Formats: sequence, C-alpha cells, structure tokens
Amino acid sequence: MAGTGTVHLRDPESALLRVEDLVVEFPVGHAGDRVHAVSGVSLDIAPGETLGLVGESGCGKSTTGRAVMQLPPPSGGSVRFDGVDLTRLHGEALRRLRPRLQMIFQDPISSLNPRRRVREIVREGLDIWEVGPKDARDDKVNEVLDAVGIDPAGGSRRPHEFSGGQCQRISIARAVITDPKLIICDEPVSALDVSVQAQILNLLEDMKRRYGLTLVFIAHDLAVVKNVSDRVLVMYLGKMCEVGAPDDLFAQPSHPYTGALLAAIPVPDPSIRPDEERVLGGEVPSPIHPPSGCRFRTRCPKSQEQCAREEPTLREVAPNHYVACHFPLDPGEQIDFTRVGIGASVSPDGDGSQP
Amino acid sequence: MSEARFDEAEYSGPLLEVENLTTYFGTDRGVVRAVDGVSLTLERGKTLGIVGESGSGKTVLSRSIMNLLPKRGLQRDGSVRFEGREISALPDAAMRHYWGAQMSMIFQDPMTSLNPVMKIGNQITEGIREHLDVSVDYAQDLAESLLASVRIPEPKARLNEYPHQLSGGMRQRVCIAVALACGPKLLFADEPTTALDVTVQAQVLDLIAKQQAERFMAMILVTHDLGVVAGRAEHVAVMYAGRIVEQGPTTVLFTDTKMPYSEALLGSIPKLDEHSHTRLATIPGRPPDLVHPPAGCKFAPRCPYVQDRCLEEEPPLRAAAAGHEFRCWFPVGTPEGKEARARNEREGRVPHAAVAASAGGR
Repeated sequence: MAGTGTVHLRDPESALLRVEDLVVEFPVGHAGDRVHAVSGVSLDIAPGETLGLVGESGCGKSTTGRAVMQLPPPSGGSVRFDGVDLTRLHGEALRRLRPRLQMIFQDPISSLNPRRRVREIVREGLDIWEVGPKDARDDKVNEVLDAVGIDPAGGSRRPHEFSGGQCQRISIARAVITDPKLIICDEPVSALDVSVQAQILNLLEDMKRRYGLTLVFIAHDLAVVKNVSDRVLVMYLGKMCEVGAPDDLFAQPSHPYTGALLAAIPVPDPSIRPDEERVLGGEVPSPIHPPSGCRFRTRCPKSQEQCAREEPTLREVAPNHYVACHFPLDPGEQIDFTRVGIGASVSPDGDGSQP
Repeated sequence: MSEARFDEAEYSGPLLEVENLTTYFGTDRGVVRAVDGVSLTLERGKTLGIVGESGSGKTVLSRSIMNLLPKRGLQRDGSVRFEGREISALPDAAMRHYWGAQMSMIFQDPMTSLNPVMKIGNQITEGIREHLDVSVDYAQDLAESLLASVRIPEPKARLNEYPHQLSGGMRQRVCIAVALACGPKLLFADEPTTALDVTVQAQVLDLIAKQQAERFMAMILVTHDLGVVAGRAEHVAVMYAGRIVEQGPTTVLFTDTKMPYSEALLGSIPKLDEHSHTRLATIPGRPPDLVHPPAGCKFAPRCPYVQDRCLEEEPPLRAAAAGHEFRCWFPVGTPEGKEARARNEREGRVPHAAVAASAGGR
C-alpha cells in the first residue's frame, strides 16, 4: 500500500496549500545512511478545510507538518502556499510569510515560555509585526483571549498557573492573533483528558469559523481526526496510504492499514469485546532501510510478491476516495492479521528489523 | 521464599478488600484530600477498571493501596486487606514481601520507568533473585522466557540490551515482563497504554489480558479512557475528587449510567460512528481543588442536573442494583433526574462552572 502519487490533488487554483512529492531525509550515523522520514507525500487543502493527517508514531505526519512550515526545509518537492512556493523562499522573504502560517504543538505546557506572562506570550506576534497602534494591541489580546475562553483579567499570570487544557487555549490564542490563514495543529489534544479534549476540539471548530482558518490536524487518534476533518490522509512510514472524506474512509477503509488502525481503537461499549485477530502485529520498520515496494507489506496480511517489487501509487476507488495499494480491501472485507506474526518483518532486501 | 507465600491456599475470600481508605497530603496550601474514603473489593483473576480525569485521585489510590507513596506529609487511614491480611500499616520492610512478589505495577511512561543504565535482563532478574530462591542461570532463563511471553523478538539478545535500544511499545512489554516476573496475584496497570499508539495499545492490552488469564491474576486497570476499560474490565469504578462516584459491573455502568459525571465522561468521547464535525458534549469547568473541595456533591458545580440540595448535602454511595452503586441525588434516567434537568433548562440554570470556565487560572 503505502505509496506515492498525485491523482488525489485537486485544481491547483483552488488550493490554499498544495504540497507535491514532499521528501524529507535526515543524515544519520557515519555510513552515509539516511532516515527516510517522508518519501513523496502530496496533499492539498482548500481554504476553510481541515485536513487530518493520521498514522502511528514514526509515519512522518509531524515531519510533514513541519516541512510545510519549512522547519526545516524539505529535501525535495514543492510546498505552494497561497500561490508561493515556500521551498524557494529564504531568510526575510520566508519570515514575512510566517504570521500567515502558525502552529499548535502537542504539549501545551512546555510550548509556552514559563517565565513570561500569558498576555506577553499572546501579544508577541503583534509586537514583532507591529500590527496596529500599540494601545490597540492590548484590545486585540483581550478579544482573542476571550474568544478562546481565558479571562483576559488572568493575562498577567504565567503558564504554570494554568491547567493543560487552559495552556492549550493560550497556545491557540497565540496562533490566531496574527490572523493566519493556515494553522498546523500537531497532536493538539493527545496530552489532554477526554473531557478537556472535547472542549479543545469544539474550540478549534469555533476558531475556524470565527477567524476563517484552514487547518492541518495531525493526530494518531482516528476518532478525533474523524470528528474535525473534511479530508483525511492516512500515512505509513513516510508514504501515503489512503485519502478520502472521513465518513467514507472510516465507513469503508480500502487500505489494509486503515482497516488495522480502525480495528485497534478501543470502543467505549462493553458489549464489543476486543478482537485479537484484527490487531496489527509487529512494529513500524526502520525508516533508515524501509522495505522495498510497498512499505507496509512486512505487516500486511494481504501482501504478495508484487508488493515487494513494485510500489503502489494512489488510484481512485470511489469518488474522492484514493488508495495506494495493489490489493485494496473490498467493501465490508474483514482483515485477519493472525497470518502475520509479531515481529514479522524480515526480508532480505531492505528489511524492517529493529535498529 | 518470603513469608507472604505461606498458607496462601487456605484463604478463599476476595483477593483485595479496601475499606474507607483515605490518603491526604500536607502541603503549604493546606491538606490535599487526594483519596477520600474509598472502599472496593476485587476477586481473584478479575479486572477492575478505575476511571477518572487527571486529578481525580485514581493514581494516588493505586499507589496508596500498594503503600508506595512517599511518607513525608502523608496521612493515610483506612484498611487494606490482601488475602484477608491487613497490610495498610505494614512497614516497608514487611511490604517488600508483597511488592513484586504478590502485587506489582506497570506505570504509564515506559520511557522513564526503566533504569536507563541497567541491562534489560538485570532489570527483570533483580526481582526474581530477590523474591524467589533461584540460581542466576535459572533467573536468566526465566527472564528470557518472560520476554518471549510478552512477544519480544529475539529475547536472548534483548537481555543484554539497554532500554534506549527499544521502541516505546517494546519498552512497555519489558515493563510488563518485570511486573510479571515473580508471578504476582494482583497487577496494577496505571495508564499502561496512554503513551502508546492505538495499534501498539491494542497489542499491549491483549498481551496483558492473555497473561492475566494464564496466571489467574487480578488486575486494577487505571485509565482516563473509557474505551479501554469497556472491553477489558468486569467491573468499573468512576472516581471524582478522591471518591468513587459510581461503580458497578461494566455493562451495567455503561448501559444504566446513574451518575451525571459518568454520563458526561462517556458523552465527551469522540465516536467513530458519528459524522465528522459532530459537536462534542463537554464537561464545563475543571475538577475541584482538593484542598478546598465544594461542600455538597463534589461534581455539583459542573453538573447539568444540579439542584440546591446538591450544593449543600453530599450524596452517599447508594445501591441501584446488585453491585451497582452511585452518589447522586438526582440520578440519570430516573424521574427525579429528568425533572431536575428539565427544571434547570426551563430556568436557564447552568452549572456555575460553565460560567467560571472562562475565568482562567484557579
């Protein structure tokens, strides 16, 4: 499955962000080895849309988000944001675009400077870009703090005086204050309790409407991603598996990996017993020597000889539903993972054994 | 052999009985009532899920039962009976016969709960050598078979590796192997999969369930994720502000929820069968300050069913059906509850935490 391709991209004119063939590699060790973190990912987002990026740790979803921000710049591919290719920009020209692209991080407490007051943290972007007269900036800070549900009167406190959920609200305030077009949310609710998570997810929807935002929402929790997204991209080991609207994709997963991710979610219903046969075995192979062909084949119960030889590219299986797999699941097909044992990952060419 | 292993065959009552356990911490701000009068019973081989938000006291409860808390400023009261024997007041030296050998714990963060400068093999054999009278070679063999049983590939080679050489999921498996090493009768799993991916979470939970069944071991599974306990625990206790606010058989608790807090927790989980962009139900406000908890029902400030009585008088734990208990004056699904909620909606009464939620800070 896990493959490349661009058929799922829409009209370049209508997209706010269009990423093509994104490649991110990092040198590692002394032998000239490279970590293939992202290998040929393409995606596009229309204004006002939320794109969900899902996958296990190490699938390259956060790296993709950061590469869009040019933090660090990708090793290859193009990132067109609002008509400008960010990979060709450097220094000041890139910096000028920064207020329009913001980011929200996973750990709300450590992503705020503990020594500064909340008001200063939120205001900093306005001061750097000298937005409006100085005294009007405070009003803007109050307005944004109020919008995210933090009492502006508490603005002189420091982050440690707030709970995790409140710190995430402050991070959101900091992100929206420069009037960005696109916010990349990197696991914004993974560190929060379910009750707080629901508050933050609702808040993000409100902010999206209020400030006309477009979001990239990176998460490993499929239920969360489904709740917020208009389009979902499932990633595995730096490659794309499946793209589609959340309702279609989760009702009828086409990629065996999507099916496995769905089967692994604990359901809050005691009448449903966890089904061990449907649990994906093994671990993500090393991105230094990823498997040949389809990168998922070492853990895939449907893998054939073709999967090792030939990398699948994305193709349309239903309207607006794309999959990169030689042997996609039929509608309603259940996957049986018992065939693939734990640690099943060894093959002579580019195996996925542990480092 | 430790003395705790004697006469184990004769006792046939519940494995663990906790009665009115309180655990308070003296701090500069005052006394934090982290666990405030908790009673529970656990039979051999069964699983009890303890669910609650951060700060509900669920982690302190499990550590207090095991007597693992630092002693400074600690006020601990109540009774903990393990196989009928009172262990709550035992000194550390006597508790050593229980820790690891009779009851053990898997912690949340597999990255920090292993010793980074000690080989994995030694971390497993340490407990075996302490509690079981066996040779070094035997302990090594046992460690290897433990690693194999938690499905770690090439267990023999892993024994000589350090934790940093393994992934998060593999490290949590090692933690499970360490916890299982001496064949405990009771396993505490404190958010064992919170730091892991969903796929790895499913693997690890399956593995614990399998080991539990093979060893006829009881488990207390502490988590904030109701999805995790739904399929894995026979019994669930919901904690709020240091107390059990509802407990019962899992199916009953999920289908016949009585306490508004449990209902709200269930409602706030995003569900896969809902359409995208479904507005999530939230619980306004935050858990109460455990130094100055509210007078009446601790959940009243956040509760959509709240009435004047709730603010003044704390509801006792009362029985709804066999084994199903809850604390609420206006329970969910009863005429009183329906009326209370309808009255609140009619009068525009919102839980006052919903107003205070935007007030920031504490």
